[in-house]
Amino acid sequence: MKLSTQNLLGIRNLNPEDIQLILSTAQQFKDVLQRPVKKVPSLRDVTIVNLFYENSTRTRMSFELAEKRLSADTLNFAVSNSSTSKGETLLDTVNNILSMKVDMVVMRHSASGAPHFLAKHIPAAIINAGDGINEHPTQALLDAFSILEKKKKLKGLKVAIIGDILHSRVALSNIYLLTKMGAEVMVAGPPTLIPKYIKEALGVHVTYHVSEALAWCDVANVLRIQLERQNQPLFSSLREYNLVYGIKKDMVDKLKKEIIIMHPGPINRGVEIDSDVADGPHSIILNQVENGVAIRMAVLYLLANREN
Amino acid sequence: MKAILTEEQMALSIKRLTRQVAENHLLLENTVLIGIQPRGIFLSSRMVDELKNLMPHENIKYGKLDITFYRDDVRTELKLANTTDIPFDIENKNVVIIDDVLWTGRTIRAALDALLDFGRPAKVELCVLIDRRFTRQLPIQPDYVGRTIDTFADQKVVVHWQETFGKDEVLLV
Repeated sequence: MKLSTQNLLGIRNLNPEDIQLILSTAQQFKDVLQRPVKKVPSLRDVTIVNLFYENSTRTRMSFELAEKRLSADTLNFAVSNSSTSKGETLLDTVNNILSMKVDMVVMRHSASGAPHFLAKHIPAAIINAGDGINEHPTQALLDAFSILEKKKKLKGLKVAIIGDILHSRVALSNIYLLTKMGAEVMVAGPPTLIPKYIKEALGVHVTYHVSEALAWCDVANVLRIQLERQNQPLFSSLREYNLVYGIKKDMVDKLKKEIIIMHPGPINRGVEIDSDVADGPHSIILNQVENGVAIRMAVLYLLANREN
Repeated sequence: MKAILTEEQMALSIKRLTRQVAENHLLLENTVLIGIQPRGIFLSSRMVDELKNLMPHENIKYGKLDITFYRDDVRTELKLANTTDIPFDIENKNVVIIDDVLWTGRTIRAALDALLDFGRPAKVELCVLIDRRFTRQLPIQPDYVGRTIDTFADQKVVVHWQETFGKDEVLLV
């Protein structure tokens, strides 16, 4: 039993069996994380570099912790204090790192497709930790894992993804994963932040009314407004965004069903989601963070085995 | 293909193994039984049932251990993990590890490593249904053996269980 791919570039390249394998392996690692000794020796001869060309708190710490829990050796690279500022190219940087005998590369980059480019040119296993506005596969996997913990199944489940769909790699990875596993997806947000042909291209429902999405869904995944990727005004103000598209407590309270509220973080409180919802009983935001370590352990473990 | 143990022999061997363990661990007070996933747990479950018949008042501590993440060949061969379930403390306990076939000894090496992550047992013993003699790659020997056999490296010992195969038997293939 193994993955059909040697790199994790995106959910797009995975088949449902791969996703199932990662999720079930993650369950075993979650058990490991409950033990007194939260560490196993599986990857003790594997060296992994965390190459972060873009800021990150959760993902970088989660990957580093996952690597340490698997007994791998880790190297951390932050672009701000590296030779990238002296003009070294991505490929040169990675080739230099690999000549120090590194087996796997975890990479976040602001350019979509950067990990795909690397995968074509270097022999190490590459794990995409977020590339531009393309994909963030481990986030989608941990989201699915967290949903499964609460709802026990993905097939037939209704998941609403609410917010900045256009600039969100979390949204794209989630849409790929959920539709591959048989869930229904609805995207909601301002028309300027939803790609025009997303319905035709990805087979999702589209609404411009958050209340409609909430009434429809079993799970609401709320996304951050990615101001850093918007080079033109796409809505008038954060305050107006909150008034029209923000998730507020009374909207969740008046639903006649129990829904799950998720958020990949970092949260902009009072913009896309209000504090009393983010910290409320429906929220599983911190469970998502906890499950992230188990998911990343599963991905690293399954990709460490390379028969070549 | 050659039968090593028939259904009747297997039942007798399991009864004997259970009694031997009980003999050495009177009252089982400080003893825990741990079956190795995935195939060792068929033997360990039978032994636990047998022990319950033997001493119905004893509270038998029984756990399951998966050693997948402790294997030394992760880089060459990927195995799927099973559930580990050890719902008690093994610190200062006498642990009896139970597996179906002892061959190279590498699984037991991994199991010893895994056990240490759960605590420091007072003593660890090994109980196997089949001991393939002269095939060890590590200095590991069993304390309780159902049947010792001589095999060539290219032969396979197959243990069938009622639960999965519909019939108990041990074959040399």
